[in-house]
Amino acid sequence: MIAPLGWTIRRDLLLACRRSADALGSLAFFAIACSLFPLGVGPEPAALRGMAPGVLWVAALLSATLSLPRLFSADHADGTLEQMLLASEPLVLIVAGKAVAHWLVSGLPLVLLSPLLALQFGLDAQALAVLVASLLLGTPILSLVGAVVAALSLGARGSGILVALLALPLYVPVLVFGAGSVDAMGVGGGVAAHLLLLGAGLGFALALAPWAAAAALRIALE
Amino acid sequence: MTPPALQVRGLACERGRRRLFEGVDFALSEGEALWLAGGNGSGKTSLLRLLAGLGLPAAGEVLWRGRPVRELREDFHRQLLYCGHAAGIKDDLAAWENLCCSAALSGHRISRTQAEGALELAGLAGLAALPSHALSQGQRRRVSLARLYLEPLPTLLLLDEPFTALDARGVLELAGRIAVHLDNGGIAVYTTHQAHGLRPQNQQLLDLDALAGEAA
Repeated sequence: MIAPLGWTIRRDLLLACRRSADALGSLAFFAIACSLFPLGVGPEPAALRGMAPGVLWVAALLSATLSLPRLFSADHADGTLEQMLLASEPLVLIVAGKAVAHWLVSGLPLVLLSPLLALQFGLDAQALAVLVASLLLGTPILSLVGAVVAALSLGARGSGILVALLALPLYVPVLVFGAGSVDAMGVGGGVAAHLLLLGAGLGFALALAPWAAAAALRIALE
Repeated sequence: MTPPALQVRGLACERGRRRLFEGVDFALSEGEALWLAGGNGSGKTSLLRLLAGLGLPAAGEVLWRGRPVRELREDFHRQLLYCGHAAGIKDDLAAWENLCCSAALSGHRISRTQAEGALELAGLAGLAALPSHALSQGQRRRVSLARLYLEPLPTLLLLDEPFTALDARGVLELAGRIAVHLDNGGIAVYTTHQAHGLRPQNQQLLDLDALAGEAA
């Protein structure tokens, strides 16, 4: 039951290692986009501290959409996707494996890098911990919802920009609760609620997104 | 009487509002083969995709042992090997890794030794560790056909232009492999433009051009 999930993740990680420039590229984009803000808005510590969560979260959304168009299109082009649809294992598990692998390649490195970038904005240790926790809960949602969007736009011409246009509005709730969790610290008490909502969103996406993406893939290949 | 293994009734296919073919009827039992013939754009690949359950027919149905293939899904996929127009080969992976991935998709975990054995039978001895982007078109086709040399082989083979890019010896070897499969009670459906050594006794011929001519 769980085996197809495991080897899909292994296969996609192996492919990502062989083509590491793609993964490093979106990570570098995240780092550069975050670093541009202090240069653009000026080195006012209070202002920077206030906008840090929002900046990091927006940069995370953008860098997640960068690698989304390739999630299925490469497999579609070389015929692997047809074989996946004809696999003797449920397609849902294969799709879930691909989304998890996408997160491990593009989401997790970003979470690990975020404390370093947050230091540039002068966030204190507590705010930093909340930010990392919110990214850890939120970025898997980006990969899962992104997989549905990538599957839906598969085969459309100019699907690269289409994926970004469709995915970014869907990411708004994640952005609101993710960036809001750090701001809630100042107000007091709201942090747990924000993180719980993100966790609920992750559970919801885990349960539904693979099914939706699998159905979209079947329609795309008809 | 048991129903034939693969049965197609009144199948029609549309592509971009143009009817490619209609009224396709045939039945295949164990040990039988079907050669799909027809010119470019006559719908051979579309028909194969319908047989695999990938496409949605405009009319008619495809039955595997009496039940529609799109309902059976994984139960049907376990008895199916589909070799499509695109080879399904990843450029960044070595030949043996590609074969392991294909085998995993059909639910079999194979070792590197098993993969190399199958590649050797497919005529790629000594090339198993080479990354696939270093292989020629014919060699890539052989990597994708190496699945035919893995045991257990599924009952139904759907092969889309399997002889394309193969050299004369490769064509003979592949024809031999298909013949052995048919003798063992397998079923094969293939499209090809090439005159080849594949002449099993129980081969049916479906000419999509002739079918379109009758309809017109």
